[in-house]
Amino acid sequence: MAAAAELALLERSLGLRGGRKYSSQGERQIPVLQTNSGPSLTGLATIAAHLVKQANKEHLLGSTAEEKATVQQWLEYRVTRVDGHPSKEDMRILLKDLNSYLEDKVYLAGHNFTLADILLYYGLHRFMVDLSVQEKEQYLNVSRWFCHIQHYPGVRQHLARVVFVKSRLYAQPH
Amino acid sequence: GCATDVPIRNSISRRASRRSLNPRAGGRFRLHQRGIRSEMRLFVSEGAPGSLPVLAAAGRAQGRAELVISTVGPEECVVPFLTRPKVPVLQLDSGNYLFTTSAICRYFFLLSGWEQDDLTNQWLEWEATELQPALSAALYYLVVQGKKGEDVLGPVRRALTHLNHSLSHRNCPFLAGETESLADIVLWGTLYPLLQDPAYLPEELGALHNWFQTLSCQEPCQRAAEMVLKQQGVVALRPYLQKQPQPGSLEGKAVSNEPEEEELATLSEEEIAMAVAAWEKGLGSLPPLRPQQNPVLPVAGERNVLITSALPYVNNVPHLGNIIGCVLSADVFARYSRLRQWNTLYLCGTDEYGTATETKAMEEGLTPQQICDKYHTIHANIYRWFNISFDIFGRTTTPQQTKITQDIFQRLLTRGFVLQDSVEQLRCERCARFLADRFVEGVCPFCNYEEARGDQCDKCGKLINAIELKNPQCKICRSCPVVKSSQHLFLDLPKLEKRVEEWLEKTLPGSDWTPNARFITRSWLRDGLKARCITRDLKWGTPVPLEGFEDKVFYVWFDATIGYLSITANYTDQWEKWWKNPEQVNLYQFMAKDNVPFHGIVFPSSVLGAEDNYTLVSHLIATEYLNYEDGKFSKSRGLGVFGDMAQDTGIPADIWRFYLLYIRPEGQDSAFSWTDMMLKNNSELLNNLGNFINRAGMFVSKFFGGYVPEMVLTSDDQRLLAHVTLELQHYHQLLEKVRIRDALRSILTISRHGNQYIQVNEPWKRIKGGEADRQRAGTVTGLAVNIAALLSVMLQPYMPTVSATIQAQLQLPLPACSILLTDFLCTLPAGHQIGTISPLFQKLENDQIESLRQRFGGGQLEEPLKLKAKATPKPVVETITPAGPQQIQMLNDEVTKQGNIVRELKAQKADKNQVAAEVAKLLDLKKQLALAEGKPLETPKGKKK
Repeated sequence: MAAAAELALLERSLGLRGGRKYSSQGERQIPVLQTNSGPSLTGLATIAAHLVKQANKEHLLGSTAEEKATVQQWLEYRVTRVDGHPSKEDMRILLKDLNSYLEDKVYLAGHNFTLADILLYYGLHRFMVDLSVQEKEQYLNVSRWFCHIQHYPGVRQHLARVVFVKSRLYAQPH
Repeated sequence: GCATDVPIRNSISRRASRRSLNPRAGGRFRLHQRGIRSEMRLFVSEGAPGSLPVLAAAGRAQGRAELVISTVGPEECVVPFLTRPKVPVLQLDSGNYLFTTSAICRYFFLLSGWEQDDLTNQWLEWEATELQPALSAALYYLVVQGKKGEDVLGPVRRALTHLNHSLSHRNCPFLAGETESLADIVLWGTLYPLLQDPAYLPEELGALHNWFQTLSCQEPCQRAAEMVLKQQGVVALRPYLQKQPQPGSLEGKAVSNEPEEEELATLSEEEIAMAVAAWEKGLGSLPPLRPQQNPVLPVAGERNVLITSALPYVNNVPHLGNIIGCVLSADVFARYSRLRQWNTLYLCGTDEYGTATETKAMEEGLTPQQICDKYHTIHANIYRWFNISFDIFGRTTTPQQTKITQDIFQRLLTRGFVLQDSVEQLRCERCARFLADRFVEGVCPFCNYEEARGDQCDKCGKLINAIELKNPQCKICRSCPVVKSSQHLFLDLPKLEKRVEEWLEKTLPGSDWTPNARFITRSWLRDGLKARCITRDLKWGTPVPLEGFEDKVFYVWFDATIGYLSITANYTDQWEKWWKNPEQVNLYQFMAKDNVPFHGIVFPSSVLGAEDNYTLVSHLIATEYLNYEDGKFSKSRGLGVFGDMAQDTGIPADIWRFYLLYIRPEGQDSAFSWTDMMLKNNSELLNNLGNFINRAGMFVSKFFGGYVPEMVLTSDDQRLLAHVTLELQHYHQLLEKVRIRDALRSILTISRHGNQYIQVNEPWKRIKGGEADRQRAGTVTGLAVNIAALLSVMLQPYMPTVSATIQAQLQLPLPACSILLTDFLCTLPAGHQIGTISPLFQKLENDQIESLRQRFGGGQLEEPLKLKAKATPKPVVETITPAGPQQIQMLNDEVTKQGNIVRELKAQKADKNQVAAEVAKLLDLKKQLALAEGKPLETPKGKKK
């Protein structure tokens, strides 16, 4: 998904009116937003945080210092690890780590739904649709989280719904 | 292994620097069993470069939580959920982990109360996605593979250039503002291992150089550097980096020796090709010039731009703040609009009716008409001196004004939008007259400001009904007025509210109304509109055409905005083509923010109610306030520069225009400062812009006999073309949105590019070389002089005289002088003969500026404390010129004297206001003294009103 399209999705999920124009920069097609109130903004995570503020939904950036830093950490994770062309092995490690991280968490920042959930959901979508049923079971916590976010009001929009089977099909490895 | 725990409280770095991190360490972390409020554990590893920013930022969290630092081995997995080892890591009291350098630093800053902002986010995202990968590669080559020179610098050059460009472009010492912040620390930490070796900090990146040195000298950074590099330099990183995978292999890409070669260009090939194609078309792509029309009338199918600037009140001489807020801002836009070949009409005039004029006439023993004639000329002369390009500069005391005002009133009356009521009004028995709002002063009923005017409070900005003032006073004789009843007419705004709302809903989205204009308008509507009185007991005004109102006139705020229409009607009898043509006309109205309610709500209500298809404002452009040095402009206190005095300073009008536009209060209040004006003139105009244009022209004269040489563009030149084109397009984007101050920065950026280009290519050396060198000198000179030509046109809205001078010196062909396209064209082709080149700007000297400051800032000491509420001085620029010992002694004496006065007053338990005024004087003197001595300012305590 191109960054501009993703940001348009984000705009709608935040209840913002459209009309913003995005251009893209360089080989990696980094999004650029020309704002009314200041210089242009560059970068997916930066623009996303800016949109959240415009929508007056700053709670999506976290409330405490810890939550705020955590949200930004996962946004950084998203743009450095998920974007680009991660190899199969990278993706395997990424899902494994995320699965382990989400073991005791509902959302990425803990108890509250934040921008990190939205952007990681959008970023992982292209990988999740291709996972086999067995892999989805293997990354059970990721699947639970992903399924939860895709049902979060206004987030998924026209993106394909990824199907998760409720009852386990495969035996646990040990 | 065993753990090395370094507990740090309060003075993190001092302790830590005494106990450097233990190289043997690498064991498990031992929990502390102490009863402390909260504890964070920072895991670092010997030689891990990520420790640098984290340790430098750790000081921010001082006193908020205890930080324990543990050293672990480079392959140890600290974070349970991460497969690959990662340091530094911060484990929080909650048990959660922060595992990226940025997140940890951000957390420390957040703990200190810092708030996140877009610019910082952008830098950190850039750091993570662009800088970090490039830097890891460079460090790997340098430290692990032992490479040197360009092999190391290659991968990071582009990132360094970007950073340098941003620092010099924004003209800010730090990345996200005036003070060092999160972005600076994180980027400094990332760059430090490489840049601490001067071989890898290229000389030409001056701004980066300064920024890096400034940060490296700061204590937290110095200590972090010492802890991580241990004065061994970059080899201290080897044990760690050796254990890391080759950078790039994480992304599954092959590592080459020139990993980023292709990415050096920030521009796409397509952009460059387009810029080159446009350049080559040259003069041929200019459209024919618009024929001059008289009168200018809207043309169907064209972009018709009608521009007004707020009508200045006739009996005040405008000060610099008035000039930048209205006429000068509108002038830049009007000139820009004409350069775009848009069909443009720019009008203004003096607002002449009202009590103030009547009173002034009494004072000077003239009739109101004579007063208006006299002052109208003064205004016209000032604006002429400032080179304001009005198509019409009219006035409101004309028969057309009466005709149009009365017509609008009649229409409102027959449509039931006018109410009649008796009004309780203040009458001064001693002066034997009803007091106009401005002739009453008292305490604001909303905010208790003590010098509120009868119509509006200067402090809270709310509109006031004069009889609601507490403790009213007649401003003339200071006696207390009485309340008397009189019949008056009201505009029924509540009845019109819905129409205004609907119109705004249609107009605002996608328009260029400034944020303050939107905000003020919205807040008026939110509070609900109230009926407003439109008549006054006066003679000097537009007569009210209604029985029983023969002795009254319209209140100026009802008919002043109608002045735009009547002024146009005096210019052409076809005025309705502009003013009753909302489909074809784009109306831009310029003003200071206090005028927004009348242009955004009241006038639209009147003409919407009149139902005669009037043209309504499409873009309401409101500035914030301009302060003088560190207070308000004040005529009565002789403080500040007024329009008629600017010409006596010997500083040319264009320099005034440049500086006022450079500090235009766009988005926030700004302040005029003499020192800053001198600095901007000497740095931006003289050293940057003037220097570039002059050199480009001189090279043509000296080396090529005054004829533009052949240009054979290399790929570097083509890239420059594309850069200039991008900046030109940015300039257009900004001016289309009326971001006048920001667009001026684009001009200066292009000239900086130009200077750099000349500096790098050294045509003065190459001209003495062989054939190839001489050809290169020709190309560089030709391209430079064409950039100068482009700048002359871009500069035209800002500095019309300088622009014309440059164009005369370069003999720029006529259509190229008057049209600005969005592409950079070759307008001075090879063989073109230029004229005589001479310097454009003069240096402003310290003495000259100091004497001007004394002359215009004389009233500064008398300024009461309360007027300083809005002042936002930038003291940094003032410390540059320490005063002589004599002046310091004089100020010292004055401080002592004033101190005694204050002490005496306090001892006598004198009136509070009197004490406050004297204290203000004292503070001011102390401040002057501190500045004279070059000391940093102390922030005054309390009294923040």
